[in-house]
Amino acid sequence: MTDTEELRRRTQELLAQHPPASTDRLDFLRARFDAGLAWVHYPEGLGGLGAPRSLQGVVNAELEAAGAPDNDPRRIGIGLGMAAPTILAYGTEEQKRRYLRPLWTGEEVWCQLFSEPGAGSDLAALGTRAVREGDEWIVNGQKVWTSSAHVARWAILIARTAPDVPKHQGITYFVCDMTDPGVEVRPLRQITGEAEFNEVFLADVRIPDTRRLGEAGDGWRVAQTTLMNERVSIGGMAVPREGGMIGPVARTWRERPGLRTHDLHQRLLRLWVEAEVTRFTGERLRQQLVAGQPGYEGSGMKLAFARLNQEISGLEVELRGEEGLLYDDWTMRRPELVDFTGRDAGYRYLRSKGNSIEGGTSEVLLNIVAERVLGLPAEPRTDKDVAWKDLAR
Amino acid sequence: MSTQPDLLYSEEEEALRAAVCDLLTDHCAPADVISRTESDAPHDLALWKLLADGMGLAGLLVPEAQGGQGASAREAAVVLEELGRAVAPVPYLTSAVVATEALLACADEELLGRLASGRTIGVLAVGLHHAPDAAFATVRVENGTLHGELTGIADAAVADVLLVPADDDGLYAVTADAVTVTPQVSLDLTRPLATVTLAGAAGRRVGDAGPAVRRALRAAAGLLASEQLGVADWALTETVRYLKERKQFNRPVGGFQALKHRLAQLWLEVVHLRATARAAADALATGQDTDVTVAVAQAYAAPVAVRATEEAVQLHGGIGMTWEHPAHLHLKRAKADSIAYGTAGAHRSALAELVGLQGP
Repeated sequence: MTDTEELRRRTQELLAQHPPASTDRLDFLRARFDAGLAWVHYPEGLGGLGAPRSLQGVVNAELEAAGAPDNDPRRIGIGLGMAAPTILAYGTEEQKRRYLRPLWTGEEVWCQLFSEPGAGSDLAALGTRAVREGDEWIVNGQKVWTSSAHVARWAILIARTAPDVPKHQGITYFVCDMTDPGVEVRPLRQITGEAEFNEVFLADVRIPDTRRLGEAGDGWRVAQTTLMNERVSIGGMAVPREGGMIGPVARTWRERPGLRTHDLHQRLLRLWVEAEVTRFTGERLRQQLVAGQPGYEGSGMKLAFARLNQEISGLEVELRGEEGLLYDDWTMRRPELVDFTGRDAGYRYLRSKGNSIEGGTSEVLLNIVAERVLGLPAEPRTDKDVAWKDLAR
Repeated sequence: MSTQPDLLYSEEEEALRAAVCDLLTDHCAPADVISRTESDAPHDLALWKLLADGMGLAGLLVPEAQGGQGASAREAAVVLEELGRAVAPVPYLTSAVVATEALLACADEELLGRLASGRTIGVLAVGLHHAPDAAFATVRVENGTLHGELTGIADAAVADVLLVPADDDGLYAVTADAVTVTPQVSLDLTRPLATVTLAGAAGRRVGDAGPAVRRALRAAAGLLASEQLGVADWALTETVRYLKERKQFNRPVGGFQALKHRLAQLWLEVVHLRATARAAADALATGQDTDVTVAVAQAYAAPVAVRATEEAVQLHGGIGMTWEHPAHLHLKRAKADSIAYGTAGAHRSALAELVGLQGP
């Protein structure tokens, strides 16, 4: 029933019943969710219609043309991209009904309590403990690099519930109420001076067993669903020449001939070529996805962008010479979104250092390419059959 | 730039690749290429006949009205990928691309038709190292005949016709028996160079040299990226295969992280090269944004192909240094290609002008 025409008809019906011009933003978003037009590939009753995911574009285009409000997807990216697919896959009916609607409308922001000071790339080594007591779990530990924790209502949380078994087997997945006593959020000030992220301290936090996702001890498998959805898909938009970080540098070069040196010229041209080549690779990947023949290229794009951004922004600071010795603002800000272009070269240089660490370090990604794409032997594992409590740390 | 180049391979292009690849598997074994380089006749004219005559590849870029296939640079690029992978010693790039493009600029239908059939091999008598916009050497016109010496002419040894630029800005077709071709000892054994000496040779003026040479060398530079992709892809594939088999310290060498990371990095560069080579082929086919895209491709392709083949030699260990292993053929081709039709640096300089990033 859910072909393009049907979706278009339903969208027009929604617009007729809730004209964007005279409807409250939140009321419109709730009505859109209830009409099954939020994420059409979700089941009926949960914001969708069980339609092919590719048809979402039909709805979005109609709504955009009518000037309908959106749900600010960048602000609620963790909820949309990571929490929702996990809840859909592992949640009970009750959990799905409770969490998905306010998640999608943006009424409730989600964050992700996965990384720990002692468990970064080796995430499954995490040490935050959850001990069962009747119908509740008592949680103690510390999480780090948590985006949006200071504005989040809910968190997806993984904690250790069985220390006597190998690390992957003793983890359980929960939904944590960020307003509960014992949850303390502290800004984590980083290299740029701002605090995009947080540390989250959990002290005797009581989580009811009804907020567990999946079976006790099966949390690693549940987390795989979350992590598989973490990799942001390369955007559906074609990028123009000089569309990335090379743009501001090329502009500065053209506008201020006094800054030019022969050495910088050689480096700029090399990086301009690499930026263009990387753009072609992204474009080829995009065309493959559109043609329904996804390639392995995506695995390498994060690696490529991380290095390129770091080299370009590094060059940009040097190009500015005397000005490169200055910095726009060291005030500890708490941005809701990262905005590279709104700030100076120095900020871009420092922030891009995170590009080769966040969401999988470049070293880990190189292993993944070598093993999954090239089929080279996996790294030797010495932790496989060792109980978590006996691991070196 | 509002439109994006088509960077995929069409079904027809994949079918063409499969056909070329099958033929090369049967008729261009690495051991035979090596032994041929030690003979007086490094070129494989029997293979050329199968490709050019049998499959009609010599006329890929020639319109059907002139006896060709009427295909585009995109198809020629796919052929060059496979020829590069096999380091096939045939004059495809020099005759079916460079000389053909020069004649297309001159609209010489008779000679084009002969080249398209593959029975006549044509070679542009401009040194292989020349970038598309670089000044090139010419011969003197005296009393209606041609005099002079040109060096670094690729595949001249098997040419039936040479296209010779002269000092009156004419491009002259000269038959091979009217000149002296002296082989030079070349770094790339599979695309050997020669000196061409003209002592009062008769020639037929086919057009103006300037635009013909520029067009030919631009197509060559753009499509060379696809040959370099083939060379680099061979190096990566063979090295990965070998490192899965070769055991040292009781484990496959490919399991050591230092080597895995090098190969993963190389894979990423080959992926970039594929997108870029496709972009150049598409730009040549459509005529859109061609100068910039060709310059980008040649600024990027050469270092990747050289590094891929250098890594292949290093990571194969001792066997990689031997004459019997084909890695050296690819290394020599990649290194020669890094100079052919302009170095990466020359193309970066061209880019600086094209995109408004001039130096101090």
